[in-house]
Amino acid sequence: MTVDRRGFFKLAGLTVLGLELPVLGAAQKPGKPLEEPLEGRRWGMVVDLAACHEHPECTRCIEACNHAHNVPRIPDRKHEIKWIWKEPFGHAFPSQGSRYLPEDLAEKPALLMCNHCDNPPCVRVCPTQATWKREDGVVMMDWHRCIGCRYCIAACPYGSRSFNWVDPRQYLKEPNPDFPTRTKGVVEKCNLCEERLAEGRVPACVEACPYGALHFGDLADPDSPVRRLLEERFAIRRKPGLGTEPQVFYLV
Amino acid sequence: MYDGGKILAGLVIFLVVVTAPVWWNLATGAEVRAPQLVLPQGQPGCVLPTQQMKADHMELLNRWRDMVVRRGDRVVTTWDGRTYRRSLTKTCLGCHTDKSSFCDRCHHYVTVTPYCWDCHLAPKGGAS
Repeated sequence: MTVDRRGFFKLAGLTVLGLELPVLGAAQKPGKPLEEPLEGRRWGMVVDLAACHEHPECTRCIEACNHAHNVPRIPDRKHEIKWIWKEPFGHAFPSQGSRYLPEDLAEKPALLMCNHCDNPPCVRVCPTQATWKREDGVVMMDWHRCIGCRYCIAACPYGSRSFNWVDPRQYLKEPNPDFPTRTKGVVEKCNLCEERLAEGRVPACVEACPYGALHFGDLADPDSPVRRLLEERFAIRRKPGLGTEPQVFYLV
Repeated sequence: MYDGGKILAGLVIFLVVVTAPVWWNLATGAEVRAPQLVLPQGQPGCVLPTQQMKADHMELLNRWRDMVVRRGDRVVTTWDGRTYRRSLTKTCLGCHTDKSSFCDRCHHYVTVTPYCWDCHLAPKGGAS
């Protein structure tokens, strides 16, 4: 059989179209739609201490975080794991001690977590790059890569990092299968719910707070609610003199 | 050959001992069967063709791990245009809901113990 030039091109065109058809057909029925991630240039948190102090018994944010991230509750304080926790104001802000601080303020609890510093000392000391700062400001951890040397624990001036001295699984009553646990020998800390941000959801603690004491947003956006809050009210940060540039602000 | 008889006898004993498992299995009629996997029903197929998944799923999972954790690159589009979130527990185990009748069967058969499960949790219903 002989094929002239015109016939050859016709055949070639039809063949290419035929090859494309299954692909075109499949493209029209994609898998289930995925949630859009939250976009931000510099994530940060604002904690309204006054609102938090009105409900001293409330630990909803802590419980939500612990459940979301399989943070174990270990009775032995030497082994405890903390992502978000309460500490007396006087401990959390040692340099804020005016001699005439309102009597009870020093003892009132402040809500603490990883500050997701702009200049994180934990990142500088990590020998395996298991912890690093993402472009959106989240100080992230790769537990696959952590060798448990605990340099970061020594470097963090806020006590935000915990080491798993024992197997944490034995202390988890109802683990959340959507998030991994950790193993013995790994450091862990607050991840600003990066797994939730990727699904377009705000951090679990912010969502859980019934009193609006926790605010999350893009600090690089001057019109964001967190920036407006910081313009309206006076805010302090933990140990600002160290130059770590913490990105968790406390409204007083 | 000095002590030829002893040497040959020793060799024969050695061969019998080394090949004993084979004789034992032949004698008792034990049969080695390839693992039978329970595959998910009603799904459009895996993210890669089966042969590729069989051979390379561990490398794929390592790549996914680094893409998600280190680069925040979470969505994968398959060769035929389906999109999935890169997630061991949500996507892989979303279809392969029972780890014990899928992952574990091959892993037991070839005696590997992947350390994924030291941290990652199998969904409820599957043994961890």
